[in-house]
Amino acid sequence: MVSSDRSSQPISGAALQKEVLKDAVIRLAGNSQDGIQTIGGFLARLAGRTAQEVMTYMTIPSTISGGPSIFQVRMGTGEVLSAGDSADFLVAFYQHSLESHIDSLRERGVLIYDSDHVKPDLSDKRFIYFGVPITGLTIEAVGGSAREKGKNMFVLGLLARMFNLQIDKLRQLIQERFASKGESVLRNALLAFDAGFAYPADSVLKRYYYFEKEKDEDGRVQITMDGNQALAYGLIAAGVRYGAGYPITPWTSIMEILRSELPKYGGTFVQCEDELAAISTALGAAYAGHTAVTGSSGPGLSLKMEALGWAVMAEIPLIIVNIQRGGPSTGMPTNVEQSDLLQAIYGSHGDAPRVVIAPENVEGCFYCAIEAARIAREFSVPVIILSDQSLATRIEAFPEPDLEKLMITPQLDLAPRGADFKPYPLDGPTRHAPPGARIDGKYPTVTGLEHDEHGHPSANPAIHMRMTARRREKLKKLAASLPRPEIYGDQEGDVLLVGWGSTWGPIREAVRRLRAEDKLVGHVHLRHLHPLPNGLERLFTRFRQVFVVEMNDEGLYGFGQLATLLRGRYAYQSIRSITKTDGLPYKVREILEGVRRLSADHVSTFSLYPNL
Amino acid sequence: MSTATADTPPSGEKLTRKVLTGDHPTWCPGCGDFAVLAAFYRFLEQEQIPHEKIVTLAGIGCSSRFPYFVNTHGGHYIHGRSLPFAVGVSLSRDDLHVFVFGGDGDGFSIGGNHLDHTARKNVNLTYVIMDNFVYGLTKKQTSPTSPIGFKSKTDPTGAIDQPINPMKKLLASGATFVARSHAAQVKHMVEMYRRAYHHKGFSVVEILSECVEFYPGAFDAAVPRKQGQFIEIEEKKHDGTPEDEKRHDPSDEEAAFRLAHLEWPGVFGVFYETQRLTKNELEAQLNQRARERVKGKSDLEILRDTFAKMR
Ligand SMILES: Cc1ncc(C[n+]2csc(CCOP(=O)(O)OP(=O)(O)O)c2C)c(N)n1
Ligand code: SF4
Ligand SMILES: [Mg+2]
Repeated sequence: MVSSDRSSQPISGAALQKEVLKDAVIRLAGNSQDGIQTIGGFLARLAGRTAQEVMTYMTIPSTISGGPSIFQVRMGTGEVLSAGDSADFLVAFYQHSLESHIDSLRERGVLIYDSDHVKPDLSDKRFIYFGVPITGLTIEAVGGSAREKGKNMFVLGLLARMFNLQIDKLRQLIQERFASKGESVLRNALLAFDAGFAYPADSVLKRYYYFEKEKDEDGRVQITMDGNQALAYGLIAAGVRYGAGYPITPWTSIMEILRSELPKYGGTFVQCEDELAAISTALGAAYAGHTAVTGSSGPGLSLKMEALGWAVMAEIPLIIVNIQRGGPSTGMPTNVEQSDLLQAIYGSHGDAPRVVIAPENVEGCFYCAIEAARIAREFSVPVIILSDQSLATRIEAFPEPDLEKLMITPQLDLAPRGADFKPYPLDGPTRHAPPGARIDGKYPTVTGLEHDEHGHPSANPAIHMRMTARRREKLKKLAASLPRPEIYGDQEGDVLLVGWGSTWGPIREAVRRLRAEDKLVGHVHLRHLHPLPNGLERLFTRFRQVFVVEMNDEGLYGFGQLATLLRGRYAYQSIRSITKTDGLPYKVREILEGVRRLSADHVSTFSLYPNL
Repeated sequence: MSTATADTPPSGEKLTRKVLTGDHPTWCPGCGDFAVLAAFYRFLEQEQIPHEKIVTLAGIGCSSRFPYFVNTHGGHYIHGRSLPFAVGVSLSRDDLHVFVFGGDGDGFSIGGNHLDHTARKNVNLTYVIMDNFVYGLTKKQTSPTSPIGFKSKTDPTGAIDQPINPMKKLLASGATFVARSHAAQVKHMVEMYRRAYHHKGFSVVEILSECVEFYPGAFDAAVPRKQGQFIEIEEKKHDGTPEDEKRHDPSDEEAAFRLAHLEWPGVFGVFYETQRLTKNELEAQLNQRARERVKGKSDLEILRDTFAKMR
């Protein structure tokens, strides 16, 4: 999309060319303290406000200060499904940023670099070079000591000029963001931004880029946030007012948001001494009659498992958020992986059925939180929301939810209960009587011991069988109520790609490309992982091959975690696995390669079904 | 724990021993825990707290079966985690009166860390540790309070690890009310319950409660009937008399540590009591400030405003 010009010298007077872009991937590479996330955030928000779709990608180094950090933003005028396999523009703040990321720049892509720090190999003819003394010019513009901090704003101005972005909106966003930080901070930010914008980027590159705008289709306002924000605000909309947690990346930002937001709504989020205490405190609030939340990332979820078993046995509603990261152990705390699925579904002891759902994108995080709360309350069951590191930190724009319709006002049900009160009736849903409710007969002791309908402990074998079945059957009832997922793309044919969680975008894009090659390919994305919705067999059998795409290991037997489950559930040999474990979101290319590799292998390319 | 507040209207039902009696206790005949239960009934009969507002919670252990035997809202949670569970109840429901029961293993071993943090945060609840110096439910293993030399199934030749000193641990953890009692002294237990309940914040009472099955005679040294001595702490009356000089000032932390340091079987009563804002109050203050900032807006309006900033 960018034509050749290797010069980094201003060519004044040359006629500027306008180049129209449908979408662009911009990767910013620097150090974590340079505030490049801020640039990405502004671009994302701007794109959201101007109804361009946006998706971002960011990595945070696990070392807190210093250390390399990148932010990739893909802005487009149509539907943006993934953060982009390779970058069209690379902004390099340092030599190490250049060296680590030049390979991610596509051929003919533009390298924008701080010529005060970076010396690119100009003889490499694959790229277009654009050196700007970012450090020097920022110092000049801002002066004094705050200068290093201004580089991100300078680059934002530079990009605004290159891409012909709406400068008034950007200045407004800067004002909103920095107003609370004091006048001098705001002034410096704007000085740096203006200096960047004043740099004659277009005359150097002899062109400027322009995002072609599509019509504002339905005019619905977009909001822009990351997946953890969407989860946190979704929980608030869902009527969750109490929770407890212990910090761990990348879950922490949810508890930080809830800690400062919930008091506005009359609620409380408690920082506990550990994850065992956190789930216990959340369960205490749930026992007391509230819809409560706890959360963590992989290792912390493991610590919560014993208490989760109690919640299953006592049938206490609870929302447990798990933001997956690379594991096991401390693993790769700032990388993405989908390797907690089996832990989420089967972790803990005994037969302990619980609900597991996974959002597919940032918008999905919001709606999963709402659904999790509804299911938890309706079925009196713990519900795990499986998000992941890439969703947690990625910013996307999506239509503003209709809060008028969605917002739930929590209510404490302290109505008196009659003498016949049974929390666990065999023929009906579980209904607890929280403390404060008068009971005309015996008061309940909510227990982790096996118990009868009244909640009385019992080790009677018949009761254990009946109650085990009861805890199982209520999830089957939930399964029956779930909508059968729809197939995107071809409704029958060669390959069905099955995914869950954050792989939604890249899988969808892969399907588009495969269909463009005249292959008959469909995509099913599962939000409900436990229980699975009914009727999937009718989808799977319409395709010769079913490839499950997930970011975890193929395991000892060659199948990823969801694939293992689906093969156990359906026993179709057509179900196979495309997996990876590099800790990075799927690239579309990697999925295409997986499809080609498996398709070429004829071992199990047969259909069990005569209609194909 | 807090006093019964005016905003909890009495339910009208009189709390009698009969009303309060729950399941028939499953403890071994002669177990000290029976007396701890009896004293709890008596205390509730005296206080007449609205029935439905009383919550009894526990972890796992013989002693932790307590909630079944009291006819109030109850919870039988998991081993060692009853305190953080109770924190969730207390902080989200300030109208309730939360009592937590458990053993020495439950409280000092598997739940030891929770005890420290619940104490330092001064969460409003009352915690009763029924200390029998042994693991009863699992049938005689060494507990963190078993004395050196105690022969258990995990230390058949005698315990070798230094036991904790419960009073010192509780004092050091920042608890705002620390007391000690003995299951052979029902009147004393009722009094400790009463004091703990009327204390605002985290109140904890260690009650020596004999496991007749696995550690018989453990606390005889404090049972007068068995030639022991039950020495009660004499608290200062601030009456200016010379005798008062020698009496214990429960607000004096150093003096409390000195009492905790006395030779076995030590003394009984209130070691320490101080007033500090409870976590319940501190969180309420945060909420009040946050509510002032949103100026009476509805939940819907607050969230809508937040989203408006994300456009
Ligand atoms: C996670 C877990 N670990 C171990 C146990 C087994 N267990 C139950 S009670 C107990 C110790 C009980 O001792 P204590 O708390 O002193 O209570 P007591 O029975 O003496 O009253 C143990 C080890 C358990 N239930 N859960
Ligand atoms: S085993 Fe010990 S503590 Fe348990 S009930 Fe029997 S006497 Fe009491
Ligand atoms: Mg014990």
